[in-house]
Amino acid sequence: MSEETSKAAEIADKWRKKRGSLIMALHEIQGIKGYVAWEDAAMLAERMDIPLARIYEVLTFYNFFKLVAPGKAVISVCTGTACYLKGNDKVLEKFKSELKIKEGESTQDGMFHLQCVRCVGCCGLAPVCVVNGKTYGRMTPEQVPEILEEWKKAFKED
Amino acid sequence: MADMAEINKRFDIHEMASAKRAEIEKYVCNIYCCHSTGCKSSGSDDLIALIHSILDEKGLSERVRVVATGCMGLCAQGPLIRVEIKGKKDVLFKRLDLEITKSVMENYVVPALETEGDFAVAENLQDHVLSLDLPFFTKQEKVVLKNAGHIDPEDIREYMAHGGYLALEKALKTMTPSEVVEEIKKSGLRGRGGGGFSTGMKWELAAKVPTVDEKFIICNGDEGDPGAYMDRSILEGDPHAVIEGMMIAAYAIGATSGWFYVRAEYPLAVERLQKAIQACKKNRLLGNNIMGTDFCFNVDIRLGAGAFVCGEETALIHSIEGARGTPRPRPPYPTNKGLWGKPSCVNNVETLANISKILLKGADWFASFGTETSKGTKVFALTGQVEHSGLIEVPMGTTINEIVNEIGGGVPAGKKLKAVQTGGPSGGVIPAQYMDMPVCYEELKKVGSIMGSGGMIVIDDSSDMVSLAKFYLDFTVDESCGKCAPCRIGGKQMLTLLDKINRGRGKQKDLDLLRQIAFAMQKASLCGLGQTAPNPVLSTLRFYENEYTQKLLDAPKEDK
Repeated sequence: MSEETSKAAEIADKWRKKRGSLIMALHEIQGIKGYVAWEDAAMLAERMDIPLARIYEVLTFYNFFKLVAPGKAVISVCTGTACYLKGNDKVLEKFKSELKIKEGESTQDGMFHLQCVRCVGCCGLAPVCVVNGKTYGRMTPEQVPEILEEWKKAFKED
Repeated sequence: MADMAEINKRFDIHEMASAKRAEIEKYVCNIYCCHSTGCKSSGSDDLIALIHSILDEKGLSERVRVVATGCMGLCAQGPLIRVEIKGKKDVLFKRLDLEITKSVMENYVVPALETEGDFAVAENLQDHVLSLDLPFFTKQEKVVLKNAGHIDPEDIREYMAHGGYLALEKALKTMTPSEVVEEIKKSGLRGRGGGGFSTGMKWELAAKVPTVDEKFIICNGDEGDPGAYMDRSILEGDPHAVIEGMMIAAYAIGATSGWFYVRAEYPLAVERLQKAIQACKKNRLLGNNIMGTDFCFNVDIRLGAGAFVCGEETALIHSIEGARGTPRPRPPYPTNKGLWGKPSCVNNVETLANISKILLKGADWFASFGTETSKGTKVFALTGQVEHSGLIEVPMGTTINEIVNEIGGGVPAGKKLKAVQTGGPSGGVIPAQYMDMPVCYEELKKVGSIMGSGGMIVIDDSSDMVSLAKFYLDFTVDESCGKCAPCRIGGKQMLTLLDKINRGRGKQKDLDLLRQIAFAMQKASLCGLGQTAPNPVLSTLRFYENEYTQKLLDAPKEDK
């Protein structure tokens, strides 16, 4: 068993006896790889004694869960009302044209994943983007290339 | 039984509170650093580390206390730091970075500590001083947000030092459950999640259902409205207030355990809530025989996973159970048949945060704020095209003009106010001519909007109302769970029509069709999401039909 699979098994065992635990377990599983892989869902089904179909029913209902691996850097462009009014659509367009992908897609090298998210709750800083948990407030389209460079550099250093 | 007495003393909230107060009293200076999601994303973590290192270096750590607090309100000007030195005026610094913070420490805090009497802020720092006399601060009335920005939300003793858990003690030791229900009923508190149902009545209904084996109290922290972050800020800034409110509610209705349902998109709020629950368990405020009484209670957290519909109580209950968050027809109401089929009472975060204040200061005090039918205060997330965008709390009945132009500082230069939007995707627009309307449940309803959970979005005259309506409808169509046909099909059809109109291909009859579908959705949808989804369209049609008809006259745009 790989380290990641054993971690997933641990999560399944931890939540098995608790009530209303499927979504919590899925959150933790997604925390390991950034998405819920088929084999992990299957293992969860077996260990938690929940039909696999029911797990996928839940996985596909909620926006938060991902079924395929996202890029190394996940770019979330906020599409809440304040960000909408302050022109985040232009920022999104810039990301799309710079990365040459649409929302919900990843770049071919697997470096970036672009997604739109509902309000991140930083409306005072609108328009806002979040890259791997780091928030960029008062965004302008001109900042987009800088941000991409910053992350490319960060990955190179790793 | 000396040991028992010793233990009781150790966990006595009065002892803990006075010990903490004595500890705070020792410091001559308190530096409060806003450490909520907004300011954290503008780098407040680094600023706090820098302040600590400067204090260590200068040997001032014994005299100056640094407190990482919850939201101070003026999020657009963050990161914010408030410096309170004994005998001197409080100073609030805005838009800080490392360099300016260093300067604040070296040119204000350090020399001010060595000076008797007032100490003026240096000229070069004046640009970063935010006057505390601004209407933004003076016109507000803080009840729910009283502690946010003033205490360390991760320290239970600091909450106690500010009167925390006294209301719980009062309820458990001096009141019967029905007396608690009566007091809340008398206060006139109504649900702050949007519905506006009397909280006391809800508790009364829940209390009447006998507890066979289990009964639940659920806190709805699934704040899904885009452009609203009141509940997040309350959980981040004062989590214990919500927990205390929930415990009092549990005592009043006879609940055996409690559940917090919080959005997964709010990691900081979840973390603070988790820490607060841990602290309660450690200090015997959760568990068996709380405060030496017969009251036993425990709580747990469940996360949402990005579904707006889960704000609806029956969908929320399904989600806690670990299933798809689809609503079901009511009755039976959750108060009779809720989580796992057991009686459950669902209250919003802000509603629960009000409870301890009402019990301590009395229903009459609470009812002294607000209007005839809407009592107390309301927290709003004031955002959009407004000068001072942030989190505010005002008495019910405050006019839109006071909120937007005085507290909010008006629309930024060069533009004019066009409308204010409340209630998020379930609400409507309030045009500028209604500026003197008091904000309360009834008045908002009259003009076709709703109170909602507290998002207030300011719209200037450069915004196009048809596109705004489409923006909201896009959201609800995407978030529709698809269970009932009126919402699933109606929403999609309305969106198609709006898109057609936006592309200059609409006909006059399309407007009638929009109204017809909207009517069907309002009457026939299963839950609040579908019933209210047409509101942004209907409300913009009501006040800005000319913008729709203008688009009908426009030349058709190229198809994409």
